[in-house]
Amino acid sequence: MSDRSLRGRVAVAGVGETTYYRHSQAPEPEFVMCLKAILAACEDAGIDPRDIDGFASFSDDRNDPMALSAAIGIHELRFSNMQWGGGGGGVAGALANASAAIVSGLADCVVVYRALAQGQFGRYGQGAQIPGAPREFALSLPYGQMSPAQFFAPMVNRFMFDHNIGQEALRAIAMTSYHHAQANPRAVMYGKPLTEEKYDQSRWIAEPFHLFDCCQENDGAAAIILVSAERARDLRQTPAFVLGAAMGSAHRAPSSPATSFAIPDLATSQFKPVAKRLYAMAGLGPSDVDVVQCYENFTGGVLMSLVEHGFFKPEEAMDFLKLENLVAPTGKLPLNTSGGNLAECYMHGLGLQIEAVRQIRGQSTSQVPEVNVSLAVGGPMSPPVSTILYGSEAAL
Amino acid sequence: MSSYILGNDGASPHGEAGKAAGSGGSSYLPEGLPAPLAHPAELYGPYWEGTRAEKLVVQRNSSTGAYQWPPQWIAHDTQTFDLEWTEVAPKGVIYSWTRVWHPVHPALKDACPYIIAVVELPHAGNIRMLGNLLGDPHQEVIIGSEVEAVFEHHDGAEPPYTLVQWRTVARD
Repeated sequence: MSDRSLRGRVAVAGVGETTYYRHSQAPEPEFVMCLKAILAACEDAGIDPRDIDGFASFSDDRNDPMALSAAIGIHELRFSNMQWGGGGGGVAGALANASAAIVSGLADCVVVYRALAQGQFGRYGQGAQIPGAPREFALSLPYGQMSPAQFFAPMVNRFMFDHNIGQEALRAIAMTSYHHAQANPRAVMYGKPLTEEKYDQSRWIAEPFHLFDCCQENDGAAAIILVSAERARDLRQTPAFVLGAAMGSAHRAPSSPATSFAIPDLATSQFKPVAKRLYAMAGLGPSDVDVVQCYENFTGGVLMSLVEHGFFKPEEAMDFLKLENLVAPTGKLPLNTSGGNLAECYMHGLGLQIEAVRQIRGQSTSQVPEVNVSLAVGGPMSPPVSTILYGSEAAL
Repeated sequence: MSSYILGNDGASPHGEAGKAAGSGGSSYLPEGLPAPLAHPAELYGPYWEGTRAEKLVVQRNSSTGAYQWPPQWIAHDTQTFDLEWTEVAPKGVIYSWTRVWHPVHPALKDACPYIIAVVELPHAGNIRMLGNLLGDPHQEVIIGSEVEAVFEHHDGAEPPYTLVQWRTVARD
């Protein structure tokens, strides 16, 4: 193994979450929720919050490291980092950046965090209400292409056309998240099961996305504490070691969704080159993966991400993407075992990262037996995208 | 969402842009959506001036002839800055599409469904453009169909502008 690798050198020592709420329902300021998630992760790990010396986030999180470090009263700030890109494309990238900081000696104890309180800062999924659109936005907004669902739908439509994939494949992905949420009391959709009929009868948002193909919008906060592998072994929880991580995009993919129509390879989640680097760093392949958390901004992104991570060929999608194949504990590829962005919480994918760690620890509410390799994929179609593999001690 | 889409340097208001198309009721979508601004002018001026004259004008690398769209400051194939503008035939094929049912802007409240098409221009290096697919919003959209541009003038807007829309070419 090359020195230039994260493999086995860093581990998740603690995870923390606030209660997850429907959008605009947060009972306290976003910054307070962010602090509470970080403190919960420290408690989970059994470390003093003042020992945090680095902060990493993504998606232009509003809670900046200086404000957090001053508020918590950490001894010394050594690392502060923001992964570029909107949405949840950068969630695993933030974990990779934090890991790299620890491996390189820039910091010893880095927290990756995300907090959202839309009622305090504005809703997602709304078109820009401005009189004029500059630059590339002039090429999309005047045509009524203004929201993530509308930007990403043509990518998925083309992929489904190219490979003769039907709506049932997307439905199975939505059904899987809702199925697992029914076992997870933290899930916002706990107690609200989804049936095939309910999916089929739900309204279209932007074809091929029905309502249930689209992520929720939520308020809350989540945090993950990373330390060196050696230190993690001495802490309270079973370590989830970072086996590999990768981020980026394919050729000429701009981060502005307003120009997504121009990406040379339109029908992609952007993971084709990125997943190759992930597996190369980990020294593993898709057949080694025991359980997958895959960011659902939209179900179609999951479809393409799973293909591009090598789990099945596009032509096999209709056979592979069936509920019985995707549910824990018996499915051949258990997927989004917490309920994911669709049914647990949309914390820009940090909840999915925490679930990937829980599967290594044996703490999931839909636990897969004997998990050694746990994959967590960040937001597809939203470059730079990112992805990460966690492993147990046995996987090292 | 707006910060994700537009960053912090979103459009500055330019009068009553987009308020009303000159010949009433001729636009596919209702008035009130963000109007296109030819900004920055060096990058977007020639395109928007072209649409006013019912010409489709795009960017090309003057040394290699490689087309690129949307316009960029630099040629992506040679990393040089000697880009030129050239008129291309206003036609293409449908590469992908979506039919929008859920409005995300007040102006679209009663305008759904409507169709957004991604159109590829095989005669111009397979660059792609966006637009609405004119006609019945419930029509079956067939990827690979030939389309031609329709220049949708918004003469009453201040400043006036013209959108490039698309309609399916009737087959014999």
